[in-house]
Amino acid sequence: MDDLLRILDFVQKRAEQAEVFKVSSQTVLVHFEANRLKGIQSRESTSVALRIFKKGKVGFAVGSGVNEVDTLVAMAVETAPFGPSANFEFPSLSDYPDVAVFDTEVPKITMEQMAELGSQLIAKVKEHTPELLCDVEVIKGVSSVHLVNSRGGEARWDRSLFAINLEGVLTKGTDMLFVGDSEGSCRFLTDVDILATRLIKQLELAKRKAAISTKQLPIIFTPRAVASALLPPLVFAFSGKAALEGISWLKDKLGERVFDTRLTIWDDATLPYRLGSCPCDGEGVPSQRIPLVTKGEATNFLYDLQTAALAGKKSTGSGRRLGDRPPVPNISSVVIDEGKERFEDMVKDMKEGLIVERLIGAEQGNLLNGDFSGNVLLGYEVANGNIVGRVKDTMVSGNVYQVLKEIIGVGNEARWVDGVFLVPHLYCPLLSVATKT
Amino acid sequence: MRERFAGILSRCNADYVEIRFEQNQTTQISYRGGKLEEVGRTYSSGGNVRALVKGGWGFVCSNSVDKLSSYVDLAIKQAKLTSGEEFALPTTEPVVDMVEAPVNNDAASMPLVKKKELFDEYNDIMLTSPQIQDSRISYRDVNRKVIFANSNGSYVEQNKPDLTLRLTAIARGNGEIQQAGLSLGSVGDFSVIENLHDQVREIAKRAAALLYAPEVKGGEYAVILDPVLAGVFAHEAFGHLSEADFVYQNEPLKQVMVLGKRFGSKHLNIVDDATIPGLRGSYKYDDEGMPASKTYLIHEGVLVGRLHSRETALKMGEKPTGNARAINYLFPPIVRMTNTFIESGGASFEEMLGEIKEGVYVRDWYGGMTSLEMFTFSAGEAYTIRNGKLAGLLRPVVLTGNVFVTLSNIDAIGNDLDMNQGGGCGKGGQFPLPVSNGSPHIRIRHCVIGGR
Repeated sequence: MDDLLRILDFVQKRAEQAEVFKVSSQTVLVHFEANRLKGIQSRESTSVALRIFKKGKVGFAVGSGVNEVDTLVAMAVETAPFGPSANFEFPSLSDYPDVAVFDTEVPKITMEQMAELGSQLIAKVKEHTPELLCDVEVIKGVSSVHLVNSRGGEARWDRSLFAINLEGVLTKGTDMLFVGDSEGSCRFLTDVDILATRLIKQLELAKRKAAISTKQLPIIFTPRAVASALLPPLVFAFSGKAALEGISWLKDKLGERVFDTRLTIWDDATLPYRLGSCPCDGEGVPSQRIPLVTKGEATNFLYDLQTAALAGKKSTGSGRRLGDRPPVPNISSVVIDEGKERFEDMVKDMKEGLIVERLIGAEQGNLLNGDFSGNVLLGYEVANGNIVGRVKDTMVSGNVYQVLKEIIGVGNEARWVDGVFLVPHLYCPLLSVATKT
Repeated sequence: MRERFAGILSRCNADYVEIRFEQNQTTQISYRGGKLEEVGRTYSSGGNVRALVKGGWGFVCSNSVDKLSSYVDLAIKQAKLTSGEEFALPTTEPVVDMVEAPVNNDAASMPLVKKKELFDEYNDIMLTSPQIQDSRISYRDVNRKVIFANSNGSYVEQNKPDLTLRLTAIARGNGEIQQAGLSLGSVGDFSVIENLHDQVREIAKRAAALLYAPEVKGGEYAVILDPVLAGVFAHEAFGHLSEADFVYQNEPLKQVMVLGKRFGSKHLNIVDDATIPGLRGSYKYDDEGMPASKTYLIHEGVLVGRLHSRETALKMGEKPTGNARAINYLFPPIVRMTNTFIESGGASFEEMLGEIKEGVYVRDWYGGMTSLEMFTFSAGEAYTIRNGKLAGLLRPVVLTGNVFVTLSNIDAIGNDLDMNQGGGCGKGGQFPLPVSNGSPHIRIRHCVIGGR
């Protein structure tokens, strides 16, 4: 199934409109377990997703490793009578912004080079803490996307990926300390120092143990904690789909000041070499930089073609395909603009408080209401403006909308987390902290 | 296929090589609110090769299997690149077996229209209930056919059907949005998710009631967990810690998880058992071709076993348990749970409740997560316990704790074991793996509950 136009031609005889989306990818993963090179994995996969309009309904099917076009078409035709109404049109041929997402260096990287980078990183971190056990993944990938539809729309791009994930564990009796960080973008990363430095910082701060009691405390969320605890409920609220269904907290609030005026938040699919970037979305709609919150005011929801049509809006180019699913509105990269506060000054300002670096289970709360509640996997107590040490057995709960309304400070240095979030430290007012007494 | 694999495997220059080939068909149906939002069908075929050379592993997967020989060469090359200390995997007698899993009321072959009719009924019940503004239904059935061959001479064909259904009712009112849900699953048997109308009515009622429920005050409580949530606890809090790949290279953790060590009172027994017919975590052979087994993890409060792949069993000098599993051909097998449960004890629910002055009764689950020592899991339903009686619905709560402390704080185990077939397990990027969890009601003293 190499020739998409041939498939399209075949489908058009059996449906009113059609769209064929093909992605082929090759990745190599070099992984280290407990500081030792453990193995290398290669993955190549090709899948073809087919969307058709038949008798006013949308049918959908995906095939990987399937060579017969008719199998795929038959599956899509079978689903169509039960599918959603075909209330939109596929986009015709458009101009796409020039978004760089391919680094020609990436395909040239050898497995030996990747193994060397991993070894270097582990050596650096172990120099600081010899007993630390590190799992490291060094990943490179290239993929090609090709999309055609029956209205003449066509898009095609190649993307590269290079990422390093580092997780370390330090075990003393039944006490386990987890540290970790990652870096990922479309570009080759040759310098592992940035990751090693971050990890060593975590190890330093966690050296001493501290204890806090159950009470309300101010909290500084580091960029990683912002991404894992505060962003999931926030991102959900900006989904045009959630808005349409009336379950977004921001429903009917566009144009209103919902957060502190120091907060400006973007969804930006046009940033060069970022994992969430691309010239167009998974439906062929051009990528753009969308303001979600401007100085505290909610400004936009994210739409794909179908939800945009239902809401009487235009697609924001946010139709993202996850795995074998049809497109849904979702984020590309989320950027929170930097503020003015230095991290050091936030700490100094705290008489008694907590710095949270990593929460686990935060996304299990009631996303609809913006509630989050998680266990502090890595966090530090602050007393009289100084970082005292690491806290354990501690649970933090709050409501993200409340927190962002009453925020005390926005950090002056944003960093990338997980390759898709560019966020600063956020200094938040009293939140509930529960701990073992 | 058998001859072709055998031919390729016989020519391999490696310590061990295996080939797995799969054909998977999936049907996915989801509703949001009144609308059937998505019906999708996926057909996927592909395979992988895994090779071991002097302790280093190479793995290659693809969905074009015509170049199988070259993938074997690449996997061996990769393994050589990572080689270190040589070891020989423990093995059993080579098995040649064709396992046909008999499926009653096979969901995969049921027409879409029949599935839709049923979900329409459930959706109507939810959406016509008071204060329910929205609903979610998410259904998936998979028919997975796996062919496995390795250089020890084993060749196994297995069918692995699976089915999951999740229903959620979302209520709005009183300035709040709340939800309640139901998760079910089976080994492809559609009848398991039929006739749920009364239960669906219940979740709609509960979601509406949550709008007016107070929030628990964060802190330490005596809690009773229902079989669903206690099963999640067994899986999340202890099960993951029993996966040998977490332990075998971590010397300090090995000292903590040393066999023979006491973790709980005499009444506590935790088991992982892949041999129980009809459960979602069951199979005859794992993805390394090893026979499935029943493994006691904790017996009478003492750590007696853990879950192994062939490599971890060898490296820890313990018996292989056949727990190496992969969600599909895109991944190598890793150590996973199957059906994990706490065995029944002697206490009745009323006895456990009667002895609590102030506490919380938690039921059902949203999810759970663990970082070995620490766990958090969320209960979908919670009630205040006052003076030995249930005293009113609370907002959903999140429980957290240290697994070692919590296990020793289990002071009563019920007599009503029940297995939960919903959900799926995630590890190492492999999600959702079919598993089941279970337990009777259990009581835990001094459990931390998050709240405002």
